[in-house]
Amino acid sequence: MDNYDVVVLGGGPAGLAAALASNECGGKTLIIEREKLLGGILKQCIHDGFGLIRFKEKLSGPEYSGRYIDMVLEKDIDVETSTFVTEIKKQGEEFLITIVNSKYGVKKIKAKAIVLANGCRERTWRQVFIQGTRPAGIYTAGTAQYFVNMMGYLPFKKCVVLGSGDIGLIMARRLTLEGCTVEGVYEAKSTPSGLSRNIAQCLDDFSIPLHLSHTVTRVFGDDRLNAVEISKVDEKMIPIPGTEKIVECDGLVLSVGLIPENEIAESLNIKIDRKTKGPFVDQNLMTGLEGVFSCGNALHVNDLVDYVSESGEIAGENAAKYAKEHKDRKLIRMNADSKFLYAVPQYIDINSLNQKVIAYFRSRDIRDKMTVKLLYDGQVIFSRKYNKLKPPEMERITFDISKLNLKDNGEINIVMEG
Amino acid sequence: MKTLVCIGCPNGCELSVEEKANDILVSGNMCPKGKEFAINEIKNPVRSVTSTVKTVYEEVPRLSVRTNGEIPIKYVFPLMKLINTVEVDHPAKRGEVILKDVFHTGVDVIATSDMNYMLRGVK
Ligand SMILES: Cc1cc2nc3c(=O)[nH]c(=O)nc-3n(C[C@H](O)[C@H](O)[C@H](O)COP(=O)(O)OP(=O)(O)OC[C@H]3O[C@@H](n4cnc5c(N)ncnc54)[C@H](O)[C@@H]3O)c2cc1C
Repeated sequence: MDNYDVVVLGGGPAGLAAALASNECGGKTLIIEREKLLGGILKQCIHDGFGLIRFKEKLSGPEYSGRYIDMVLEKDIDVETSTFVTEIKKQGEEFLITIVNSKYGVKKIKAKAIVLANGCRERTWRQVFIQGTRPAGIYTAGTAQYFVNMMGYLPFKKCVVLGSGDIGLIMARRLTLEGCTVEGVYEAKSTPSGLSRNIAQCLDDFSIPLHLSHTVTRVFGDDRLNAVEISKVDEKMIPIPGTEKIVECDGLVLSVGLIPENEIAESLNIKIDRKTKGPFVDQNLMTGLEGVFSCGNALHVNDLVDYVSESGEIAGENAAKYAKEHKDRKLIRMNADSKFLYAVPQYIDINSLNQKVIAYFRSRDIRDKMTVKLLYDGQVIFSRKYNKLKPPEMERITFDISKLNLKDNGEINIVMEG
Repeated sequence: MKTLVCIGCPNGCELSVEEKANDILVSGNMCPKGKEFAINEIKNPVRSVTSTVKTVYEEVPRLSVRTNGEIPIKYVFPLMKLINTVEVDHPAKRGEVILKDVFHTGVDVIATSDMNYMLRGVK
């Protein structure tokens, strides 16, 4: 049986960075990827804007992941692609992983630590309420992206985009460039989900209208989609009767959100945070189960790949360190108040040698001129002013806990003040 | 006064642009790139273009490409047309020039994926 210090599940940017960091710390490392190629979702994200923080360059997705793939292939890191994990069991301190691929058939592997880097999946139309038939021509933005960018197919001539998430905006531009008419982007919320720059460069540049507080309420067509019904919605996102209009189209692109992929975490009974939809973790990105780490979009949905790589590095480094030796954890809670959508990590291990905490958060609403503070025992341990906070834009903060004398009955509270 | 959203980075600064006699005043930018962007938007808006080109390989039918700089917006659709006439017949490397000096802008279209890796991987 093969023995590894660290097995990384998923070969996207998070997994690649985790494997490199684990290797750097002397961990014997294996990446398991179910697809034929490493690179994750970035293979199909051919637009640019990746890596501005990491490489100080405006790279496309394949270039960003390509650089990491090259680094991984140069190092002494084992990679198994087209490989599926069928079972993971914790046996004492170790993990027994069963994999299946065409090279070995069924094989068992032992690991001292596991990094979950499985990315996220897209919400599909089953998760949004649309009436009518179920004709062809309805795709998630990611599927449309795969068809256009990887296969070179244009799946429709005229389409409507539902949801203003970044991938939907990017696809609106991409489809337009390839000759498809994008009739409009419809968003049920009163504010866009995507980044302002993507509204500017993907919609405004091509005069594609963005209709806020609108949604698709019905689809028409037998075999093939031929029209959708659009309705205005109220503040509670309930369609307003009498506002319906019909838009003829042969395509509907859904960009209605991403959810961390957590099948494996759930099979290990790892506790999931309702807010992030990923596992609860400490500052080392270790989940509730000792020896299992989580990073990238599996942990929480990121808008910047640079932060995905950073979280991969944290998880990979700490997984390798954990594999060598570890002490018992002493976790205290880090709570964000209701003005936040979420904050990660949710726990601090006060026994950890890692005293430099990197935290990420998102504001629940758009707010101007806010101060974000971290409180411990009534004391302000961190404070930063923000001109503007927006839900689509994740914020990153770092703070040092070495001088704080944190006690195991304490907790850190993250608050936002106007 | 005009307002613009800078597309230089994910910060997406909201810029205010004011055209004075022979000067352009920019505010709201967090870095010098914002000013450069705003001035370009007034005088000669430019964009980078990313797309794919056809290949002769069945297993890897498309190769991702991008401009290695920005071109005037008026060339974006003409460039798409040009890009869609290309067929790559060898395993292009990342960074390899696919179209040189498009529309005399000094900007090239370069490959952004490594076809050798893709072809090896899917075998
Ligand atoms: C469709 C889509 C489009 C996106 N477009 C953009 C964009 O345009 N710009 C942007 O900044 N961000 C985009 N994102 C966000 C993007 O995912 C992140 O920036 C980043 O790629 C996340 O990296 P990751 O490694 O966490 O996940 P991924 O890149 O998703 O990688 C996860 C990898 O894990 C593998 N995997 C999953 N489950 C298993 C398993 N059980 N066993 C083995 N392997 C497994 C997957 O095959 C995949 O290769 C997009 C996300 C999606 C879903």
